[in-house]
Amino acid sequence: MTGIYADLHLRPNLKNSEQTSALVTKALQLGYRLVAVTFSPPYAREEIEKLRSLCKEAKLDITSRIDLQPKTPNELLAALRRFRREFEVIAVLCWSKNVARQAAKDRRVDLLNFPSFDYRQRFFDKAEAELAASGLASLEIDMEPLLKLEGEMRIRLLSTLRREAAVAKGFHVPIVVSSGVSDAFLMRKPREMAALATLFGIDMEYAQKAVSKIPVAIVKRNREKLEAKFVAPGIRVIRRGKDC
Amino acid sequence: MLKKVKRRYLALSIDSQESFSSEEFINAVWLAVQKLFGECGASQTGLRLIDYDAGSKLAVIRVFHVAVEQVRAALAAITEIGRKPAAVHVITVSGTLKALYSRINSSRKG
Repeated sequence: MTGIYADLHLRPNLKNSEQTSALVTKALQLGYRLVAVTFSPPYAREEIEKLRSLCKEAKLDITSRIDLQPKTPNELLAALRRFRREFEVIAVLCWSKNVARQAAKDRRVDLLNFPSFDYRQRFFDKAEAELAASGLASLEIDMEPLLKLEGEMRIRLLSTLRREAAVAKGFHVPIVVSSGVSDAFLMRKPREMAALATLFGIDMEYAQKAVSKIPVAIVKRNREKLEAKFVAPGIRVIRRGKDC
Repeated sequence: MLKKVKRRYLALSIDSQESFSSEEFINAVWLAVQKLFGECGASQTGLRLIDYDAGSKLAVIRVFHVAVEQVRAALAAITEIGRKPAAVHVITVSGTLKALYSRINSSRKG
């Protein structure tokens, strides 16, 4: 699955079908072959199927994602129990340190996301990275704030991201570079996203992986897990029947 | 002896409903490079506008080979040109103008 570019964070307003189709069309034009669309609860299963059929015609692979924003670790656990079997990608937007720590150590969480517009609420430090390294969570960095912010705010954000990227690389926590956009104008080509990622100290080779191999691997892993044949890692049902 | 400077040509497409003059466009590019890398960094990119077609919203710029990724990042950071919303995408990069134009033509046909 190499050479497939993926954007795991599109945030269209699903009630606005024009905006949704504009985002999906733009993603295809820019060279993406896999995109994750964020659904927020309460969501309708029909919405996901409708979007899938729209993308099937365009030969764009679409995956369902949910952004959890729990206030406490217990709320996070409850949400994970409820949504893990429903969505292919689960991201946790960490608004507090307790939630960030719980999300990092829970193997049901795929992506750790932090509020980009307030650098004081980014809790990705060494302790967080150590927990994430022992779990399966990756650090997700959205590019939208880099495009929207200016001056001092952008400088602060770049500085924070540089530190976080270095910590993540030091602890071998995968980094996923996503757009995080709801406006098609702010979407960029995968190579341009990788170039933007080099601004906070990621080398070009790794930045390219952060928009291709790493997100694709997350989706592939979760799709395998969500299959009916899956029992546990390395164990799957081959055949059912009396003679088994 | 002075080392020969390698250059790269970038074909760019401007994604916008509005149209812009070549001055507006190159000013936006310079501003983006300057904002991200400062005046010193901008001076090391060797940025120059080679061709601009307002009708087809296509531009060709030349930069130093070592500054291609920096300029690519700066181009990606452009969200408006002349205070009108716009995005700039790199179509292709080449070492010669001849190869660049042939690639643009083949991508248009394809």
